[in-house]
Amino acid sequence: MQWLNIILQGVLIGGLYAMFAAGLSLIFGVMRLVNIAHGDLIVLAAYVSLIVTQAMDIDPLVSLLLVVPIMALIGYALQRGLLNRTLGDDLLPPLLVTFGLSIIIQNGLLELFTADSRRLQAGAIEVQAFEVLQGVWIGVLPLIQFAIAVVVIAGLQTLFYRTAVGRAFRATSDDQSVAQLMGLDTRHVFAMAMALSLAVVAIAGIFLAVRTNFDPAIGPARLIFGFEAVIIGGLGSMWGTLAGGIILGVSQAIGAQIDPGWQLLAGHIVFLIILAVRPQGLFPKVTG
Amino acid sequence: MIRVEHGTPSSRIGVMLIAATLAILAAAPFWGDRQTLRLLAEIYTFVALASLWNLLAGYAGLVSVGQQAFVGLGGYALFALAILLGVHPIVAILIAGPIGAIVAVPVAALIFRLRGAYFAIGTWVVAEVFRLLASQVSALGGGSGISLPAAVVIAMAPSRQVREFETYWLALSLTVIILAAIVMLLRSRHGLALTAIRDNELAAQTNGIDVWRIKFAVYVLTAFGTAMIGALIFLQKLRISPDTAFSVNDWTAFVIFITVIGGIGRIEGPIIGTIVFFVLRQALADLGSLYLLIMGTVAIIVMLLAPKGLWGMIAERFGWQALPLQRRLVFEKETRG
Repeated sequence: MQWLNIILQGVLIGGLYAMFAAGLSLIFGVMRLVNIAHGDLIVLAAYVSLIVTQAMDIDPLVSLLLVVPIMALIGYALQRGLLNRTLGDDLLPPLLVTFGLSIIIQNGLLELFTADSRRLQAGAIEVQAFEVLQGVWIGVLPLIQFAIAVVVIAGLQTLFYRTAVGRAFRATSDDQSVAQLMGLDTRHVFAMAMALSLAVVAIAGIFLAVRTNFDPAIGPARLIFGFEAVIIGGLGSMWGTLAGGIILGVSQAIGAQIDPGWQLLAGHIVFLIILAVRPQGLFPKVTG
Repeated sequence: MIRVEHGTPSSRIGVMLIAATLAILAAAPFWGDRQTLRLLAEIYTFVALASLWNLLAGYAGLVSVGQQAFVGLGGYALFALAILLGVHPIVAILIAGPIGAIVAVPVAALIFRLRGAYFAIGTWVVAEVFRLLASQVSALGGGSGISLPAAVVIAMAPSRQVREFETYWLALSLTVIILAAIVMLLRSRHGLALTAIRDNELAAQTNGIDVWRIKFAVYVLTAFGTAMIGALIFLQKLRISPDTAFSVNDWTAFVIFITVIGGIGRIEGPIIGTIVFFVLRQALADLGSLYLLIMGTVAIIVMLLAPKGLWGMIAERFGWQALPLQRRLVFEKETRG
């Protein structure tokens, strides 16, 4: 029973990791950009939600209605104003610029909010849980968060393959110049993709902040979790990313059970093993 | 008769200037106070780290944000060898290099499976794994770290002054050796291949260069140098902990900013970048975390407006090179005797 409990908790947190990963994999898919500041943007979203909930005295989950559009706007502006200028054949500029951005966000947050760890208070729902089997408990909040992760992944999948915006994303991803010839403004398409990515980041950031303490320095570790989920699941596959997040969450939960110091290490080691035996990931869709 | 000429008038002046500067720097213990020596030694370690990262990212196209893995590995190798096995610290620094290279082989085999930008994050995961493993080693202080025992420090040299001179010269000579090794590598046949890879990887491959093998070799060599410098850094600090040894800010963010600002893909870039970095640091030291924010902003602006960095701008404007690295074919009449 104890192990079932642990695995279940791992699966539920895997949903959060899949949300970290979804935004990362979305922009990589559309514009081959790996955003090193992704984790710091998740933390930024948590702080934006902190301000919103304190200023308006609302529940963190309600603050989603404001934080998601705010982050999407930031994403659009960031892409139009800065990141579009780095895209090209050379790999170095986007990497270095997003790396610089990561350092800027971290130290900006440190300057504004100090290094104290914060937490979003979601009230009574935080501790509510129900017993699914005898001795196996599921928290209401982790369950909501997992359900939202599944909805986000399904939503992105539908958006990608069933809508006009998704078609524009796929067309630009396949061949940028032909997409341009067909009348697509790729700068706008890229900015839309980044806006969408940061909308997902906003959801992930708020659930992260309700679940655990956060401070300005925790961004890079979130980037790494998201990245590991993408690689474990296989590039370009949204459902694979969810599976990757779950595998990572379960490995960490099992590792933590063996020895608290092994929680993060267990996740990294599973990632490295998968990289060694199946570098294309478990459910790959695109190569290269 | 065709021969390859590396030098230009500017590089001949450059080499003389460098030789003169080196002579002055080598004599620093006779003209500088303790503070100056410490600062200079720190500058040398950053020149070395940035030059190694430049070789990796600027020439071989391997953008790593995880070189702190090897800085920390070198540091821990020094502490392990000195504390657990009683090895003399200077010998331990020399052994740290091969340890770094040996560890780099399986690491490279694994993370070379990741392409381009994902490679960068992969290197970061490796550094995180090293950091977490280091905090599990209780013989070396676990998560809270350990100081180099006084007995080990005293065994290096009888007096504090002699020890400080020793570390200073060690830092200077190690950096000069690393820079000289990079220059020699770039002037060799393999250097030509590396420059070709830097300019166009596909074209390099079509011309018969084994790109994977060269990149692999550069990764391992860089790990060798980085681990030695890591050991040296923590000999200066006399204390190590997982968070300082595998710090992404100290050993990667600064190093990347230095290289980008100075000029990536050019040997002179990291040196110019380090000078700019330390001038900025002395000027902005009171600003705390704002200082990192400003460095990040400067690096982004340079990357967008002058992607070849300060030295790149100078070199293109005036055609200068400080070191004889270019290749020009000189046609000579054959003299038959």
